[in-house]
Amino acid sequence: MNYFPDEVLEHVFDFISSHKDRNSVSLVCKSWYKIERFSRQRVFIGNCYSISPDRLIARFPGLKSLTLKGKPHFADFNLVPHDWGGFLDPWIRALAKSRIGLEELRLKRMVVSDESLELLSKSFLNFKSLVLVSCEGFTTDGIAAIAANCRFLRELDLQENEVDDHRGHWLSCFPESCTSLVSLNFACLKGEINLGALERLVVRSPNLKSLRLNRAVPLDTLQKILMRAPQVVDLGTGSYVHDPSSEVYNKLKSAFQRCKSIRSLSGFLEVAPRCMSAIYPICTNLTFLNLSYAPGLHGNELTKLIQHCRKLQRLWILDCIGDKGLGVVASTCKELQELRVFPSDPYGAGNAAVTEEGLVLISAGCTKLNSLLYFCQQMTNAALITVAKNCPNFIRFRLCILDPIKPDAVTNQPLDEGFGAIVQSCKGLKRLSLSGLLTDQVFLYIGMYAEQLEMLSIAFAGDSDKGMLYVLNGCKKLRKLEIRDCPFGNAALLEDVGKYETMRSLWMSSCEVTLGGCKTLAEKMPSLSVEIINDTDQMEFSLDDRQKVEKMYLYRTLVGHREDAPEFVWIL
Amino acid sequence: MAFEKDLNLDATALRLGLPGTSEEQTSASGKSNKRALPDMNEESVSGDNSNVADARKCDQETAPPSKAQVVGWPPIRSYRKNCLQPKKTEAEAAGIYVKVSMDGAPYLRKIDLKVYKGYPELLKALEDMFKFKVGEYSEREGYNGSEFVPTYEDKDGDWMLVGDVPWEMFTNSCKRLRIMKGSEARGLGCVV
Repeated sequence: MNYFPDEVLEHVFDFISSHKDRNSVSLVCKSWYKIERFSRQRVFIGNCYSISPDRLIARFPGLKSLTLKGKPHFADFNLVPHDWGGFLDPWIRALAKSRIGLEELRLKRMVVSDESLELLSKSFLNFKSLVLVSCEGFTTDGIAAIAANCRFLRELDLQENEVDDHRGHWLSCFPESCTSLVSLNFACLKGEINLGALERLVVRSPNLKSLRLNRAVPLDTLQKILMRAPQVVDLGTGSYVHDPSSEVYNKLKSAFQRCKSIRSLSGFLEVAPRCMSAIYPICTNLTFLNLSYAPGLHGNELTKLIQHCRKLQRLWILDCIGDKGLGVVASTCKELQELRVFPSDPYGAGNAAVTEEGLVLISAGCTKLNSLLYFCQQMTNAALITVAKNCPNFIRFRLCILDPIKPDAVTNQPLDEGFGAIVQSCKGLKRLSLSGLLTDQVFLYIGMYAEQLEMLSIAFAGDSDKGMLYVLNGCKKLRKLEIRDCPFGNAALLEDVGKYETMRSLWMSSCEVTLGGCKTLAEKMPSLSVEIINDTDQMEFSLDDRQKVEKMYLYRTLVGHREDAPEFVWIL
Repeated sequence: MAFEKDLNLDATALRLGLPGTSEEQTSASGKSNKRALPDMNEESVSGDNSNVADARKCDQETAPPSKAQVVGWPPIRSYRKNCLQPKKTEAEAAGIYVKVSMDGAPYLRKIDLKVYKGYPELLKALEDMFKFKVGEYSEREGYNGSEFVPTYEDKDGDWMLVGDVPWEMFTNSCKRLRIMKGSEARGLGCVV
């Protein structure tokens, strides 16, 4: 190792792109650590509170691309109060003051302000790519600043953010000189946009490959855009409603015929089922289809569409497709790797919906399936055992039975055996979400077989501390554990406190852990931050150690307790 | 349960709940608003955890209190929930579903009048659905020469010929559609 000049090592490290590998490389010896840190351009921070902006900047002066995640996953389901944290601002301010030439910023579940966006847009000359996923706190004014000031912007990707829409001039803020756009996704914006400005922007962006429109973009604008950008690879339609006998629709049909590169299709935020035939020509080459925001598309029109999509690898759909519709998917989409079936009626009386039958059909027809998110009315052990046998390649398996403690629909038994079969068969399983009636037994199986498991989500399951202990003792690669409404208490929490240093985070809400238990943990493990989150409408929180803790979130950190915690968060 | 000789107010009391359930039961299940299913505060005394499973199974038999109250369940991103929910109510409020019957057909169909922009589209859809052809409409002669004639029942309960009134007026007043055999349609302004 000492015989190679640094430049050679640096060149070798250039080929190492995965974060995990880069992290390992930096641990080999001091000189490797040094070379690695100067050559590192991309950094991923899974918990923004595990490290500080200053330490990041100090270690990686060559930083170009930063990924930051803020709130815990359960924040997606309203379990974390809005101002809990995850603020972008300190990061941007620190980066702006430094000599870092930031080019790419990817954020998930962070609170982003317009001020931060404006500072970002003005501080980094070469800034190229902004990706915001499930963020909040900003308005279209912040987006306008990015559009106006980032002269070499290639990517502006807004996914499922809560954005205050001040109606539309942000698109006009892209200067005439901006011709570098490759990817533009504003599907989550609710307001009107300047259609003329959009068309002109598309015309002067010859490299545009990915375009996802919002609901305010009507079908005739879509047609005009496609005529000017037939090279597009990833398309999200806006409103897809028109009279199928109109001239505009005919023009759209020819526009689609010219778009030979489209491989990914989404949108249909409003849809006229009888207009779907225009899409058939591009269906043959589609690898990703997302219809999960189109409840207006179901029945025959939906299945007819699916039957054209023989090369599909990823499908996101609503449960109004039904078990029969899933059968059509199973017989058509032999290349399918990822399937997500979302509920069209989350609180429904169980009208539409899919059952275990649909899943079994899929598993029989789509043997390459490795990633599943399935919201269903009911499940059986027999079905899960069949699925496990048919599809041993699952990496992600998330099953959500809408009634969270429903047993096997046929035998009325817990679903332990079914999930047990999944973890036993799928040796590469990295992510698992459970639901239905479950006892400690399922956790015994998970601890025994799920050797590669990195993330586990548990709700309304288990009988005793043993359940949680099986998991903590068995799953050596566990990084994220999130638990709600389970009878796990202090005994389980405190048995192996060192374990949490090997994990990114642990979430426990509505369980049996007490304030005293959390305090003990915090005392024993100074490298962890143990947060108690009190909901604002809760009665006076007593300081009695025997009090059960409603929400606890703990994570390992190199920088001690965060300073920006709001009143309702108590860091022990 | 022995009825007492005096006024048995219990037996005749109006109360929410399934017959056979007592006051205590209903109030217990309504009490904890934090954990709708099951109520763990009651059940888990240290060490005695077998009750929890039993309690959960018990809850299975008596329908658990409104699932919609469980915060964060089902686990769907709020963004997605917000996108679908209003859309659904929008669609339900705006959709005008009417039954369509055709003389001789074994069962009825239902269509959403909102989907169509005018009469030509509606008639084409009906033709497709029931496999028939309707002739050209004229104000004077109705659907001259058709074997079948589209009619509708309006708000007043009268059977009208489809096509006479402006489209908006039609969608607002149409309660159901009936595709009549031409022979029966005499008297509705058709010359067959």
